[in-house]
Amino acid sequence: MTEPEAETDPEPDGGRDDRPQAHTIRLELADEPGELLSALEPIADEGGNLLSIFHERGHITPRGRIPVEVDLECPPSRFEGILERLRNEGINVVDADAERYGEHLTVLLVGDLVGTDISDTVTRVESSPAATVEDLSLSAPGGPAEQASARLRLATRAGAADEALGIVRTVAAEKGLHAIEPLTEVSR
Amino acid sequence: MSRIAVVGCGAVGRSVVDLAGDHGHDVVAVADSQGAAVDPAGLETRAVLERKAADGAVGDAAPADALAAPYDVLVEATPTTLGDAEPGFSHVARALSRDRHVVLANKGPVAERYGDVRELEAASRGSVLFEATVGGAIPVLGTIDDYGPERITAARGVLNGTANFVLTRMAAEGLDYEHVLAEAQDMGVAEADPSFDVEGTDAALKCVILANVLACGEREFTLDDATVEGITRVPGSALDLAAEDGRTVRLVGEATADEVRVGPRLVPDTSPLAVSGTRNVVQVETAHADGIDLSGRGAGGPETATAVLADVGRLPPLD
Repeated sequence: MTEPEAETDPEPDGGRDDRPQAHTIRLELADEPGELLSALEPIADEGGNLLSIFHERGHITPRGRIPVEVDLECPPSRFEGILERLRNEGINVVDADAERYGEHLTVLLVGDLVGTDISDTVTRVESSPAATVEDLSLSAPGGPAEQASARLRLATRAGAADEALGIVRTVAAEKGLHAIEPLTEVSR
Repeated sequence: MSRIAVVGCGAVGRSVVDLAGDHGHDVVAVADSQGAAVDPAGLETRAVLERKAADGAVGDAAPADALAAPYDVLVEATPTTLGDAEPGFSHVARALSRDRHVVLANKGPVAERYGDVRELEAASRGSVLFEATVGGAIPVLGTIDDYGPERITAARGVLNGTANFVLTRMAAEGLDYEHVLAEAQDMGVAEADPSFDVEGTDAALKCVILANVLACGEREFTLDDATVEGITRVPGSALDLAAEDGRTVRLVGEATADEVRVGPRLVPDTSPLAVSGTRNVVQVETAHADGIDLSGRGAGGPETATAVLADVGRLPPLD
């Protein structure tokens, strides 16, 4: 017998807080064999899902250590545990989530937002490690049956704005919504 | 001083005829779809324009006579056509085969048949310039040419005054698209059939031309290569939400050597791209000097004629 589906998500809104989220931690490791592995093991042990590891071997800090950037995904409630475990193992944690959401971008969605479940739209965008929805404003002057507009403020990791926009674009296309994207302007 | 033949006698062609003397040029031929006026010694331009205003035709000669006149520069100002870009393309070909220069106000030949135009130009002693096809009076192509297109990584901008007017009014008055469009049509800012402007086609043609220039012959673009979206699906509520957040929506065209894209985009109120009303703006992104912003009047007879006559002045002597 399989479990009834309803039990997998008893609180569609209230249960959202502890869904896995992406985090970035920066470590400094001694230039010795096995150091990287000993830093990654605690993350996996504590329930973290490794997304990427950037191991900057060519670059050495003034203290002779090698900087490593680790992207991982875990429920927010477990993140502190991972950091504590790393520190207990004697690993130098330089930054946790300092640059994680380094960029913000705003995008408009236009169309039948209510009929296409705006809550689901936000959830779908947030399911990507590239973006979290920080703010949502909705305007439906003609009532729920008419064309409505939404303004989404997204936080993305530095350099991941294109990826975040790609997710918005995909979700919008699937739901027949019109996405008005921000312009990445000439750097000045 | 050049001898100019003007083909096409709409707002732009008439303004070129009117302002040529002020730039020190003689107009030796003018043609519209009905007929032509030709005088190798130089036409009395005021009389030609008065006749055009009075009976709708510039003269009794055949339009083909203007193409055979002894001019140095052919100004092609017939309406932009898509696909084979005719009859504009044939006018260009005829002038180049006679080793004469061509200045285009008509976007068709350089948007739809850029490779063909460049090939004919290579075989001719004449040159082809087309500043007026992108951004009206704004010196976009001249600027790109000055820096060298290979040192320009992208160009983007607001290139359609009608669409920008509609978006500006919608944001300012809280009105919906249909209301503002009707108002724009009453004011003469939008045409009876506004689709060319509001569907993004006009802006896309300009961006296709920019992309052709930026690609430096490595790749040829036509309208079919552009990703185009207009402003007809932008509701007032979207502009309201943008305004609450210090932003607005503009129909922005982007061109690189690899891509052409036109669509409504969110821009900060403080952005140089957030121009109001019928004004146009172009940002040229340089490889070594960041962005250069150019703004001004992107349409209109005297404005576009100003760009045409600037091109005429850039052309080298033929003899």
